[in-house]
Amino acid sequence: MSASLTLVVLMAVLYAAGVYIMLERSLTRVLIGFVLVGNATNLLIFLMSGRPGGSPIITGTAQDAGMADPVPQVLMLTAIVINFGITALILALIYRSWWLARLGDEGDDLADEHAGETTSSAEENFRSSSDDDDAVQASLDAGEEEAR
Amino acid sequence: MATILLIFLILSLFTPALTRRLGPRVFYLIALLPAAAFVFTLGQTGLVTRGGAATESIPWIPQLGVALSFRVDSLAWLLALVVTGIGALVLVYCARYFAADEPALGRFAACLLAFAGTMYGLVTADDIVLMFMFWEITSVLSYLLIGHYTFKRESRGAALQALLVTTFGGLVMLVGVVLLSVTSGTTSLALLVAEPVTGPVAGWAVLLILVGALSKSALVPFHFWLPAAMAAPTPVSAYLHAAAMVKAGIYLVARLAPGYADTAGWLPVLVTIGVWTMLVGAWRSLRKHDLKLVLAYGTVSQLGFIMVVVGFGSRDAALAGAALLLAHALYKAALFLVVGIIDHRAGTRDLRRLSGLGRSEPALAAIALIAAASMAGLPPLLGFVAKEAVFTAFLEAGLAGDGWGWVALAGTGIGSVLTVAYSIRFFWGAFGTRPAMAPTALHPSRWDFALAPGLLAVATLALGPLSGLLDPLLSPYADTVPGGGDYHLALWHGLEPALLISTVVVLAGAVLFWQRLRVARAQARVPDWIDAGRGYGSLVRAVDRSADRVTHFAQHGGLPQYLGTILVVFVLALGFAASVNRSWPETLVPWDYPGQVLIALVMAIAAAWAARVVKRMTSVLLAGVTGYGLVALFALHGAPDLALTQALVETMTLVVFVLVLRRLPPRIIQNNRPAHRRRRALIGVLVGAVMGTIAVIALGARQDPGIAAELPRLALEAHGTNIVNVMLVDIRAWDTMGEIAVLIVVATGVASLLFVSGRAVPLPRLKGSRSQRSPRNRRRIVADPQASSAGHAVSRQSFLLAGRTMPEGDRSILIEVLVRLLFHPAIIVSVYLLFAGHNAPGGGFAGGLLAGLALVSRYLAGGRYELGEAAPIDPGKLLGLGAVLAVGTAVASLFFTGIPLESAYAAVDVPVLGHLSFGTSTIFDIGVYLVVIGLALDILRSLGSEIDRQSEAGEAGETRETRETSEAETASAPASAPAPEVLP
Repeated sequence: MSASLTLVVLMAVLYAAGVYIMLERSLTRVLIGFVLVGNATNLLIFLMSGRPGGSPIITGTAQDAGMADPVPQVLMLTAIVINFGITALILALIYRSWWLARLGDEGDDLADEHAGETTSSAEENFRSSSDDDDAVQASLDAGEEEAR
Repeated sequence: MATILLIFLILSLFTPALTRRLGPRVFYLIALLPAAAFVFTLGQTGLVTRGGAATESIPWIPQLGVALSFRVDSLAWLLALVVTGIGALVLVYCARYFAADEPALGRFAACLLAFAGTMYGLVTADDIVLMFMFWEITSVLSYLLIGHYTFKRESRGAALQALLVTTFGGLVMLVGVVLLSVTSGTTSLALLVAEPVTGPVAGWAVLLILVGALSKSALVPFHFWLPAAMAAPTPVSAYLHAAAMVKAGIYLVARLAPGYADTAGWLPVLVTIGVWTMLVGAWRSLRKHDLKLVLAYGTVSQLGFIMVVVGFGSRDAALAGAALLLAHALYKAALFLVVGIIDHRAGTRDLRRLSGLGRSEPALAAIALIAAASMAGLPPLLGFVAKEAVFTAFLEAGLAGDGWGWVALAGTGIGSVLTVAYSIRFFWGAFGTRPAMAPTALHPSRWDFALAPGLLAVATLALGPLSGLLDPLLSPYADTVPGGGDYHLALWHGLEPALLISTVVVLAGAVLFWQRLRVARAQARVPDWIDAGRGYGSLVRAVDRSADRVTHFAQHGGLPQYLGTILVVFVLALGFAASVNRSWPETLVPWDYPGQVLIALVMAIAAAWAARVVKRMTSVLLAGVTGYGLVALFALHGAPDLALTQALVETMTLVVFVLVLRRLPPRIIQNNRPAHRRRRALIGVLVGAVMGTIAVIALGARQDPGIAAELPRLALEAHGTNIVNVMLVDIRAWDTMGEIAVLIVVATGVASLLFVSGRAVPLPRLKGSRSQRSPRNRRRIVADPQASSAGHAVSRQSFLLAGRTMPEGDRSILIEVLVRLLFHPAIIVSVYLLFAGHNAPGGGFAGGLLAGLALVSRYLAGGRYELGEAAPIDPGKLLGLGAVLAVGTAVASLFFTGIPLESAYAAVDVPVLGHLSFGTSTIFDIGVYLVVIGLALDILRSLGSEIDRQSEAGEAGETRETRETSEAETASAPASAPAPEVLP
């Protein structure tokens, strides 16, 4: 099958830009990256219809022979609408997290959840169980008889 | 046998409820069940003595050959009697041991009863997988029972130690069990032993199973959990950690020994570890002054001893092992129960603080004396008979030229010397009179407290002289061991070498006790070489720490790192696959038409620019440029439906972005370090390159012609000429159904994120909206109270119903007029698109989106009250109606044709309108239309109206009461500045 190299390159650029933006910390930027990656993916499916053609609407004339492949179009049509729905959902999430976390001017830039943790703070997590083990050892050692 | 287990299960489930009613007396009731199982097992004695076996099998997982099969032969009979008999006695003992106000007594009683049942299942199970299941259940129940005193640190720690060690062993054993049953093709223990499998796999399997047995029976290096488990209540120690659970490992070795004792590694492992355990346990027992710990280390020692004997693999050793197992269960359980009574009545079990108990409690002392003497191997008790048999078996093996016989004899001989010493020390410590101390005061107790240990002592005493009767009951098991032998259990065998060894052992043990101070000093000089308990502690800590390090390394809890990891894996995997690809498309044209390059260039620049800007709105607009670029590409490529939908969606997306982002700060704060930026750019470029390559490969990979050629014919069959729409609502309607389901979920998600207290809040409506709709009122010039106070235009004509609710500064006469002019035509066009879609570009999706945009315009021009007036319906109802229509079409056609979503058509020629073809697929499309409108409305109400309301509610506190608060605000709205309704 044949296709336009321009579209392939455009798709690659959209992916690259989308991924680059998506890897940022701000949720809005993640969403914009998502939109770009979504557009790129639509383009990928679209590429599979090959070269341009006429609208896939049957006219009963000779034009019908040059019709574009309708299958990718069907797949994409619902994808476009769902993309919109997901975008709206993520926007609602962004707003909600900004509202709940009282981020204010920080916007939607959430810190890493475990960023402040160190090995010593992790040690705290195991404190309880290692204390239990120490208590066991202590009670066993207490039963040891001293040589009199 | 399965029935007994079922009754155990049911009674255990009801025990907590019964305990609430009966208190500690419940133990008398539940003791009846193991007692009944004991009697039932006694009833099988005749069959077992003849060398037969009682079997029972219920299919369970036939695909794996696993069945609920049970088999009681001589060995299982012995173990079943031990676990049910001692189980019943321990339960009776519990009734006196626990006070009525003991916390969590119901749980304890239920666990103990369930444990008795599980042990019964373990020893009678014939299927090795079933046996393993019971094995693991005992570990869990032991965890719950050891940890009975949940408020004590050592109790919790000991419970976890026991669980970790035994389940570790169990896990290793499971591998062995699977290997063995797969290699042999059977899961029946009886068959596995009768026809032992050989070969390296079976050898490894057996050794893995031994690891499980060693950990369960607390042999070195796993022995440390057993003394720690003494944190449990004494009945648990007596039952689980002396008589029953720790015998499970012994039982398994005894079970496998007839078939697998000659496996490479079996004998060296068991004899060295067993002897070493016997010595280590006895050595440490001599140093303890807590009576329970003396017994615990003694138990470790004796378990090592029994393991050597039952694993030795000769007929006589097997017989001796069975007798020793029984003897140990009887005397050790009795001794633990006696310690429990002392602890209970004296308030201590420290032998340095006990004095004169032998004089004040002669009956208890007698019970302990019998049991301890049996432990030391004194005649005429069962312990003596068993030990004689052991020494004879080892001696004969050694004389027959087996080197391991001598090792075992020497090791167990020395171990027995130490055993004698700690047995005497135990009795002296518990019941002796210290001259310097006053006799220990005891709380009174009823005589039946000592009933259980008393009965066990009687059995120990009686079975010694009666061991001749025991012999035919146990020899059927011993006879299954190949090699032959003719030893018989008896109290008196004449002046044999074994008797001499026994005498020497007892005398040497007595000397050790006599010289105990010297021994203690010698012991104190020996350093602690290796402490397995401490080793366990540091091992667990090391595992915890490294798990933490790994988690710390792999998961910061930040999205960029996770996404980056996923993408790098993606690039590596697909990049590798792409690099080995050999099918490239023959022709790739540089462009389809020159304009394409121009559009692509604009889109690419917009995308690259979007990656650099820091203003939220700018980047959104730039992303929008790529979307509109797609519209142009689609339109020029022969995809009018796509172009239409994409254009509508893109516009809607922009609006939604603006609705949300207006509340966020305009600039995006950049916390990304330059190093990160380079890494991100690298990942981005790589992903783009890989995706481009994949697209090219996919283009070249097509081998067959597409299905497109068939589609025109199919579309005409469905009475439509727009193939895309026909496919959506007919040919691939199932897909569309799934997709509108996604839309419904998304709409609900958006609404539930914004309407926290419930989405059924009242629609924001105007007061008296009905009267205002009348044409007369519309045209009336209204005096605007806000406008008049601001001093601007005093009055204005109302183009929109709710226009006056907007602050004066936010209103635009131009927009109001435009919306007033365009809204109704837009709705009409959307309906046209919906119905025309079957034959021309359009359809439910495009129509719904256009109607949604019309609503957006009403909202933008007139605010949330305008939206409420424009669409005075709950979006949930629209979504629901749409779903009902779509699903209804699917279900209805099921009744007519038997196939869901099969379309039916009615075509009529109507004057003026011409030929009209109306199909059920149109109803389906109306469903789609409604769902899309519902989605748009839900988004507008949530991200538009609700955000308005929340931000106004945030400001309302200090400024002014808006006149609409009373209408729309709910009680949950906070009065202060951006305060969340629900704190995180």
